[in-house]
Formats: sequence, structure tokens, C-alpha cells
Amino acid sequence: MTGTAPLHLSGITKRFPGVLANDNVGFSIAPGEIHALLGENGAGKSTLVKMIYGVMRPDEGSMHFGDTPYAPAKPSDARAHGVGMVFQHFSLFEALSVAENVALGMNKDAVSKDLDKQIVEVSEAYGLPLDPKRLIDSLSVGERQRVEVVRCLLQNPRLLIMDEPTSVLTPQEVEILFETLRKLSSEGCSILYISHKLEEIRTLCDRATVLRGGKVVADCDPRQETAKSLAELMIGTSLSFPEPHAAKLGDERLVVKGLSVKSPDPFGTDLRDISFCVCAGEILGIAGVAGNGQVELMEVLTGEKTTDNDAVLIDNAPVGRENTTTRRRRGMCSVPEERLGHGAVPEMSLWENTILSARTRLGMERNGFLNLGIAHDFANEIVQKFNVKTPGIEHEARSLSGGNLQKFIVGREILQTPTVLVILQPTWGVDAAAAADIHRALQELAKGGAAILVISQDLDELMAISINFAVISEGRLSESRPTGSMSVEEIGLLMGGVHSSVGKKGAA
Amino acid sequence: MDLLILILQGVIVAATPLVFAAIGELVVERAGVLNLGIEGMMILGAIAGFSVTLDSGSYLAGIIAAAAAGAVAAFLFGVLTQVLMANQVATGLALTIFGLGLSALWGQGYSGESTVPLAKIHIPLLSDIPIIGPLLFSHDPLVYLSIILVAGVAWFLAKTRAGLILRAVGENHDAAHAIGYNVVGVRMLALLFGGACAGIGGTYLSTVQTPLWVEDMTAGRGWIALAIVVFAAWRPGRALLGAYLFGGVTVVQLHIQGFGVDIDAQILSMLPYLITILVLVLISHDKARANFNAPACLTKPFFASS
Repeated sequence: MTGTAPLHLSGITKRFPGVLANDNVGFSIAPGEIHALLGENGAGKSTLVKMIYGVMRPDEGSMHFGDTPYAPAKPSDARAHGVGMVFQHFSLFEALSVAENVALGMNKDAVSKDLDKQIVEVSEAYGLPLDPKRLIDSLSVGERQRVEVVRCLLQNPRLLIMDEPTSVLTPQEVEILFETLRKLSSEGCSILYISHKLEEIRTLCDRATVLRGGKVVADCDPRQETAKSLAELMIGTSLSFPEPHAAKLGDERLVVKGLSVKSPDPFGTDLRDISFCVCAGEILGIAGVAGNGQVELMEVLTGEKTTDNDAVLIDNAPVGRENTTTRRRRGMCSVPEERLGHGAVPEMSLWENTILSARTRLGMERNGFLNLGIAHDFANEIVQKFNVKTPGIEHEARSLSGGNLQKFIVGREILQTPTVLVILQPTWGVDAAAAADIHRALQELAKGGAAILVISQDLDELMAISINFAVISEGRLSESRPTGSMSVEEIGLLMGGVHSSVGKKGAA
Repeated sequence: MDLLILILQGVIVAATPLVFAAIGELVVERAGVLNLGIEGMMILGAIAGFSVTLDSGSYLAGIIAAAAAGAVAAFLFGVLTQVLMANQVATGLALTIFGLGLSALWGQGYSGESTVPLAKIHIPLLSDIPIIGPLLFSHDPLVYLSIILVAGVAWFLAKTRAGLILRAVGENHDAAHAIGYNVVGVRMLALLFGGACAGIGGTYLSTVQTPLWVEDMTAGRGWIALAIVVFAAWRPGRALLGAYLFGGVTVVQLHIQGFGVDIDAQILSMLPYLITILVLVLISHDKARANFNAPACLTKPFFASS
């Protein structure tokens, strides 16, 4: 790690059919600097990073590593230059061991015979202990990220790119990661840190470049800015955040009692003895690191998978064996995590997509025939009330941006006036303005007497909107408590599955 | 005793084409591609191997022709599914039908012809040892090649970097692409290998086992090979075991018929296929376990998204 080769970008432009992803982007990263790249979804961060890592090539512009021109044609070129990258959706292979995963991410000539030993040495030196023999699927999400980081560290990087590294970590794991990054930076390694978590950037980063619509709109010292001013730079307008509302809770609407389910997926999570209840007017937030049973719980609640009849009750009626349609008729609506393919059919138009979930509750179907008029009107109503930006309801669902489609899907469920709404990752990959809209809509629905269950990995989101709060870890759910009564540390420990991780983290 | 040795020798001959076809398909599936066209590639290998052997008199030329025929068919499958993104299941079925049809056309002039089967190797001393000699040391070269191939594939997948990359591509093609591996390239190579193996398996039928050309002579062995890969949980050693098991059933039912046991011959002929179905049902019984070793990207199309 010589630390004498900062990266300069100038005039980088990249076009895709119909989109200018990067427009004349230029900035510099100094040796040992932790440089934040900020921007909303679709601002062009990922495209830019892919060009630096050699996955894509810029149409125009040039990059320099120190004084030498730098134009990687493929990722192995980038790695040979000392550029490492930790991906947002990890580039790991679940059925392979840690050592095999590390070897795959290194260039052939960089892999030595004593790889196992090297992994242990480097991982201990940076406070990220790892066992090279273990299979990835047995690791927690935090440990998986360590594998990615260690893989980069073994190649003595001069620039480390981290794409939204903390979105899947517990607060404690974030602290460990930050210490590692600071240590690296003190050794002269530059870090390009991509995130939209503004507080993190303010504590960690030395400089920040803000992208909006593919252009650099600001280059600033994040320590001199507030989270609000950074957010406004990112989205270009001022923001209003939802206020938590005072709750007046009614009867129990959704009750889950002693729910245990074995996952059919060998890499899935079994649910173990989950019990909770959501009352009318309540928003219950369930936090947790991805892969701890959220998807499995969602499937059982919505009826995509059936279970013991008495394990799930809607308005005191046991529904565990009922299917999705019957539960909808009873008043339960749901929004899954995956927008394209689960929440909506990508190739179908918006109005066709309304039929899929609103058919039962809005009487679009009669004797096997569909009333398309109702579907059209309903789609128009969603677009209008939820401010969905689209040229028209005839357009395919996939033509909408992530945020707009999410607003459409959430709108489709909320406007069916459900009595129980289950929603997984309501604002995953959605820009700040759309997220605020969605949060406000959820709060209004709760005020109207619906019971809402929000399962999310975004702690800030849950803190902002939920009245009560629980944590899911390894398929177990903690007791639900009023949101204000828990500290971030406590929640973090619960997310890490207290029993196992406290000792481990202490040792690390 | 002699009968037992005869039966066991028969098992080896019956199993060898399955070993070739299954080990080829195993590599293809470990790379994340399901090629249902094994039957088609085998029968093309059978006719290519038979015709070239008959015309040239050289077994080596016949084997090379068979491997080439299988590989060309697999290449076609690869272009359709990996480059043009056709559905793998549909394309594989089409390849089987195409292979059966084309081989029938190609073989029109050859039906009824026969050739001398490929000679068995005679190793002085070793082949003369009683029992062990005939069982282990007096087979045709392809039997030994099939065993070496299985050992080679096992070593390749477990110990080499190329093997690791192949498994990685089958496990998570998006990650492999992000790290910078050529997913389509790896899969094409795996397909060519699988096609060549299936071709050799086919010519084993037409130049060693029977040795003559009959239309549709593979008689479902491609499908059995496919089942063996699942049975083997994608492990080379178990694929060898599976092939010998199915080969054993095929031979044993023939001998039962020979003994004049009072069971309809048709029912006995069904045995290998019934056992295939039975084994598959038993394996798929526990869904979590059945999925455990399956390459995670099997049959999923790979779109190189930026």
C-alpha cells in the first residue's frame, strides 16, 4: 500500500438508450481519503463505480491513477491496479467455502498456496475474524461482508470501493466496519464510499461528491454539512419528514400465536415460536438483518404459504389455512419486497396489475368475467392519489422507476381500504421523496383504524413511523415494545441475536 | 462363478455409456445449464461413430467423430440458449427430437450393417488372474477411459481453479459476472464437453455394446443419464455408482428373463425405467435435501446486465 496514487476522474460520460447515466462527471480522491459518493437511486452512482471497477467502459472522459492513464477493460485489470470493490448485493457463492470465494475474487497470479493462512492473518489484523473453511451459507450477513472486505484486503488495495456497505449490518457491525476502514485509510488506502445514509457519511468521510441526474451537483466536506442539507443537495428540493402520530389503539386485528414453520429452502430460515399482535390503529415495526426469517414470516401471514389454522388470526377468526384470496376478502392486503415479479407483473400494464390484487375486494370479477372499467378507474385513482409519475395506466409496470412503481403498489393496497396491511421493505431502493409519501400514507391508513405490520431493514424508517417495535433474528421474534423505549444499542444487540453475537463482538 | 463374472462384465458394458453421458451432463449442470438433449446427442454420437468406424475401419476415428457430433449438437444448443436466450428445457427437448430424426436419416444406409466390436485389452499376466483378471483387466479401452474421465472430472471440480470458476458460474452467475468471469464462455465450454461425452457414450452402444446400427438404439439412456446426475447429487463419484447401479438393473433383468422366471418380459424390461422413477421420487421426497446440492443457477437464463 504505497498510497501515492489517488484517482482522478474527468469528463466521464456514459449513455444508455434513452438515458444519460453520467454526464461529464469529474472528481479526485486523494491517497488515504475516505470519499463519499452520494446520490439518490438513479443518480448514476452505480454506473460510475462500475466504470472504475472495469465492468463497463465510459463513452467519454478519462481516468488517471496517479499520473498514469487508467482504463480498465475488465475487473481483473482494475484489481491488478489495486482497485478492490465490495458489492452491495454481495458477489458471494453460498455453496462454496470462504477460501474458495476469496480465491474467485482475486486474480489468478495473486492467489498463493497458503491462502487459508493469509485469510486468517489479514482478517485478524483488521479485526474481522473469519474461518476460511466455512461455507458462506452458514455465515451471518455481517460475516459475509467480511469475506468481501478481506478478499479486497488480500490484494493490497490502493482504492477500495464500498457500495452501500452498511444497509445490511447491525449498528455494532457498522462500528467494527468503520474502524477497519479508518485503519485502512491511515495506511494510505483510499476509500470510495457509496451510501445514502447521511449520518454515516458525516461521521466517516473526509469529502463528499453529490450526484444528481448523472451530474456532479456538489463537492463538499460532509462534516461541515447537516444531514438535512446533504439530503437537499441529493434531491434538489427541500424535504418534510413525517411526524410520528399519537396512537389510539383499538381491538386486536392481526394475532399470531406460537407460529413455527420449517423453511423448504436449504438456505432459508425456520420460524420459531413467533407470537405478536397488531391492534387497530397500530403500526408494528419488525426490524432485523436480511435473511432472518422476514420473507418466511411474510409468506405465512399473507397466505402464500399455509400453516396451522390457529396460528394466525384476523379479527379473531383463525385463517392459518386460508389462501391469499380468502384473506384478502377478510381485509388483509400485503406488499411484498420484490416489486417486479412479486408485487407486480413487469410485462403487464398498470391497470392489469390492479386486477391481480384488487379483484376480490373491489368486485372486478363477476361469474368469471372481469369488469375492466373498474380496473381502469381504480388504476387512475391510484396514479392520481399517490402521485405516480407515469404517462398513463396502459404502460407496463416495468417502465416505471422503482420509487414510482412502489408508490403504485402501496397505493393499490391502501386504496382497497384493508383492515390489516402487511408490508415488507416499504421503501427499499425508493428515493427520499417517494419514501416520505409512502410513510405518510401508511400513517393515515393506521389513523383510520387499520392494523399495519411493517417489516423492514431500515431502522430509521421503523423508528420514524412505528408505534411498537420488535426485532426478528434467526427466525425468533423479540417481545414488541413501544418504539421510544429501546435504545439503538439494545436493538442492535437483538438484531445480532444477543446470545451468540455479544461474546463474539466483544472478542473482536 | 462363471455366470457371475459374465453378469458383472455385462453390467460394466451396460453402464459405460451411462457413465459417459452422466459425467458430461454433470459438468454441464454444475455450470448451471440443464441440457435435456443428451438423448439426441447420444444417438448422433452413435450413428457418427458407427458410420465412420465402418467406413474408415478405425475405431479411433469413429470415437473422435462421435465426440465431434455430440459437441456440434451441444454447440447448437449453447448458441440457442446462451446467446439467443432460448428456454433451456424447450431447446433441450427439441435437440433430442432433432437428434433422433437426423440420426435416422443419416443411418438409412447403415441399418442392418454391423461391425466387429472394439477389442478388449489383454494385459499379459494381469488379465489371466482368475476372477480379478476378467473383471478388472480385460475390458475395452473406453471402459477405462470412462473411469479415468470420472476421476478427472472429480479432480477438476474439486482441485483446480478452472473447476472452481465453473462451479461459481453455476452457483451464482450474477456474482461471477460482477467479479469478471465470462459466464457464457464457461458454459459453452462445459456444454461442448458434455456433448462430446454424450457422443462417446452413444458410439459405445453402436460400436461396442451391440455393435450395429438400429434406429432409436439409445432407447431412453439419455434420460436415465439425466436421472443419474440428480441421483448423484451432482457428485462425480456418485454418478459412477449410479450408472453402475442402473447398468446392473438392466443386465440383471435380462438374465432373469433368461432363467425363464415367470414374469412377463415386458415388465422386466421396464425395470430400469421404473427404478429411475422410483429413485427420483425418493430423492425428491425431502425438498430441502434435494435442493441442497443443486447448482443454484441451474436452468436460469443469464442476462449480462451491464
